[in-house]
Amino acid sequence: MSFLTAKDAGLTGCTRCGRVWPEGTADCGRCGARLQPVETRSLQKVWAWWLAGLIFYIPANLMPMLRTATLAGAQENTILGGVIELVAHHNYGVAAIVFFASILIPIGKFLAIGYLALAVGTEARIGNHRHLHLYEVVEFIGRWSMIDVFVVAILSALVRLGFVATVHPGPAAAAFALSVAFTMLSAQSFDPRLIWRGERARNEDP
Amino acid sequence: MSVTPLDQKFRPETLIACPRCDVLHLRAELGAHQRAACQRCGTLLVAPRERSFLHVIALAFTAMILMIGAVFFPFLSISARGLYNASSVFEAAMAFSDGWLVPLSLAVLVMIVALPVARFALILYTLWPLGKARPPYRYAHSAFRIAEEMQPWSMAEIFIIGTAVALVKVAGLATVSLGPAFWAFCALIVVTVLNTIFMSKAAIWDAIDAGRR
Repeated sequence: MSFLTAKDAGLTGCTRCGRVWPEGTADCGRCGARLQPVETRSLQKVWAWWLAGLIFYIPANLMPMLRTATLAGAQENTILGGVIELVAHHNYGVAAIVFFASILIPIGKFLAIGYLALAVGTEARIGNHRHLHLYEVVEFIGRWSMIDVFVVAILSALVRLGFVATVHPGPAAAAFALSVAFTMLSAQSFDPRLIWRGERARNEDP
Repeated sequence: MSVTPLDQKFRPETLIACPRCDVLHLRAELGAHQRAACQRCGTLLVAPRERSFLHVIALAFTAMILMIGAVFFPFLSISARGLYNASSVFEAAMAFSDGWLVPLSLAVLVMIVALPVARFALILYTLWPLGKARPPYRYAHSAFRIAEEMQPWSMAEIFIIGTAVALVKVAGLATVSLGPAFWAFCALIVVTVLNTIFMSKAAIWDAIDAGRR
């Protein structure tokens, strides 16, 4: 079965509401979103946000996320350190959530977006559906990485018990929040319509 | 491929381009419980025009009232060795406010309070007249588009999972008690999820369109 795309028909579809307009129209007359023809969509923005996210992901993991001072002494925890501590206290369920949200999802997201962007123009017919699913998973799951930032916020607002225990946020919280935001922007800059352009996208590229 | 010039009779409302893969579809009138999905990639294109708007309006109102409770009532408190500390949601967001982490405080406040509230307000603005079968207000189309664009950044539900994780971390250290704001936030999440389920983007666009013509 072959499909007629809006582009083939000389039209540009609005990615926000689905309405079509003649090629060359600037804004969608229904919802006001800027119309972005598929062929002008490049991966530059995707890669720029992706790289920014990756750069901030490094200090996010190396610097401390939490500074805890208790009667037993002061302690600094990185993201991974927090997970290890939870495991040490036999909180396996929560350790799994944090490990998933703060370590697996961010890394998986970098890999997935990178893979999708590299694969544009090389997809085989069958691969398209899998790539779209991958994109939808990335889009859906990306925001959940913010969990750790909220955990730090709640802990530092709550645990202010003078000499008994105090928690302060570490610089990694900011770096991690930025990294998550940048990868979300990277995923949003990726136009899933590119997935379906197959061979054509490659040939038309200047 | 040559492009035929579009004549005056071109009626864009008869066509839909799939936002995910650009395949062009001809619109058909749908029955009561029918929905239309993209032939190639399966993305939902048209949902039935059932009048679920009233549900969404009710839920958006509920959410805004719950948010007031969630922000101003006590959220969590802990005590250990005779020392006591309580925190509201607002204070949790302000946890980053010492030193150069201030922008993060602001971002957290925006993500967990400002954006959810703004989103529900915009949805109410869009749907209020439509729910009563009146023409939409001015700028309803922009309001709804902005509400849609805000969606990934409004993170109230993620905040509550973060709270759960934080509670477990503190549990060994001190006694924690949950305030009314905690339960308000939990209810808010349920309402937000229901709202997402009831809200059909395609139906709302159709209604905005129908009211304008």
